Amino acid sequence: MSALLQLEKTTIRFGGLTAVSELDLQIGKSELVGLIGPNGAGKTTAFNLITGVYQPTSGEINFDGQSTVGCKPYQITKRGIARTFQNIRLFPSLTVFDNVRAVFHLHLRGDVRHALWRGKGYHAEEKSVADRVLELLEIFQLGRFRDEPAKSLSYGDQRRLEIVRALAAQPKLLLLDEPAAGMNATEKVELTRLIRFIKDKFQISILLVEHDMKLVMEICERIAVLDYGVKIAEGKPDEVRANPKVIAAYLGD
Amino acid sequence: MNFRHAKTFLLGAIALGFLASLFADRINPYWLFIFYDIGISIVMAVSLNLINGYTGQFSLGHAGFMAVGAYSSAVITNQFGDLSFLAANGIFAVALLAGGLAAALAGLLVGIPSLRLRGDYLAIVTLGFGEIIRVILQNMDKVGGARGLSVMHGWTNLFWTFGLAAVTVYVVASLVNSTYGRGFIAVRDDEVAAEAMGINTTKYKVTAFVVGAFFAGIAGGLYAHSKQFITPGGFGFMQSIAFVVMVILGGMGNTIGVILAAILLTLLPEGLRMLSGIEHLPGLTAERPLGWIGDTRMIIYSLLLIVLMLTRPQGLFSLKKSSVQK
Repeated sequence: MSALLQLEKTTIRFGGLTAVSELDLQIGKSELVGLIGPNGAGKTTAFNLITGVYQPTSGEINFDGQSTVGCKPYQITKRGIARTFQNIRLFPSLTVFDNVRAVFHLHLRGDVRHALWRGKGYHAEEKSVADRVLELLEIFQLGRFRDEPAKSLSYGDQRRLEIVRALAAQPKLLLLDEPAAGMNATEKVELTRLIRFIKDKFQISILLVEHDMKLVMEICERIAVLDYGVKIAEGKPDEVRANPKVIAAYLGD
Repeated sequence: MNFRHAKTFLLGAIALGFLASLFADRINPYWLFIFYDIGISIVMAVSLNLINGYTGQFSLGHAGFMAVGAYSSAVITNQFGDLSFLAANGIFAVALLAGGLAAALAGLLVGIPSLRLRGDYLAIVTLGFGEIIRVILQNMDKVGGARGLSVMHGWTNLFWTFGLAAVTVYVVASLVNSTYGRGFIAVRDDEVAAEAMGINTTKYKVTAFVVGAFFAGIAGGLYAHSKQFITPGGFGFMQSIAFVVMVILGGMGNTIGVILAAILLTLLPEGLRMLSGIEHLPGLTAERPLGWIGDTRMIIYSLLLIVLMLTRPQGLFSLKKSSVQK
């Protein structure tokens, strides 16, 4: 069976620094994979390679049977990979509703002419978009904030909204970049529940980059460990936890 | 903002412009020309608002696009002598459209560097573009060079000015207030996030430049056929700044505010001129007691701008709190 996402010997160099070196990684359909590693290990760089922000120096990235090398980020999103950011990047001046709505242009049948002519088809489509946005917001208990500007939300709600916005792209693969960063213990429990819920409800694959070991060990089915851009271990949470290389990387030898 | 009855608004505004133009000969010509100026300012400011306000790019070359439209349309209409009412308006429509398209092409050329540059850097590129247009026109003897170009036909009227102002408002507002158009604001708010959410930021930025330039070109055509005399100097850097001021004063990305600012800033210098013309004031014996206003009119105008910016940085007509204000 072919994996949904497959990285083969993906490498990126910035001048003399090899940030990610010959990374092999597979993510299957509706699998929840964790990517961990100490600071500066290249986790976010790996993310940026998958989403097209960076182009690999060498190696291959396949998504859903096709290479994504050379594609722009927006094209990759259209093909089914959506992400969140380590430091939240919402559209701050847009309302909660519009933050999600802006993503729905991916699913529009009409284009600019539709918006300019404003015929029956346009209004029908806008109505259905509004319904779907609200439905999505309701699922994640953000409905009551629909008309608030995104920047006025609390930190936890902003995190949640960013995930909802990514889900609005209807991805096959969701990339979460340190979703627990800056959260307190209660919020982390909440987040764990949320990630599980998303996986069950939307039946999508998730790749999670995270520092918080407890969270990663608890929800990931498989974990890959990066250190200095090299994958040093991969396996089930328990296997990874017991791996001496991983312990050395985290605690120093 | 609800924009459900957009088309009704558009048709209503055009009909109103048409009705007003029927009574144009009863309006004092001085006021009539101020009305034209207001309409033209609205077209300019609202179209610039799409680029600067909604899409968050910083263009300082809007008068350059206006010049392209003014000269293109004037060169076309100058080929024709006296025409019947219908033929004249037909030719005028074609000339305005041609001016708009020529400016849109220029917008496409400026839009391309905008893909890579942001903020101040982009502002300098657009500023340079506006100056290039001006210098090229100054050195084109076919269109009169620095002496300027006489435009034979004064075809601009209330119908064209306000009809086209309504069309501009309609197009910009419908674009922005659609699911498709939320992309413009997304680009302004966070380009990286927009790109990650499947928004083709390049396409949106170029669209904003092309549409904005198109309407600036049309405004140029209206301007040329209202003043009937255009010089390259009339489309300089200061003119671009004046439109930027309208956008900022109205509140970036607030169409209604920008319309009001365009009206206010067009009327203000004229209003000050009138104030200075008052012969007597009760209690004051001196003749023309407010005469000093006439001499210092532009200083007062500048001071008012400073005061307005200090007190209402979020825009004069914006209800929202500014993100600049902490």
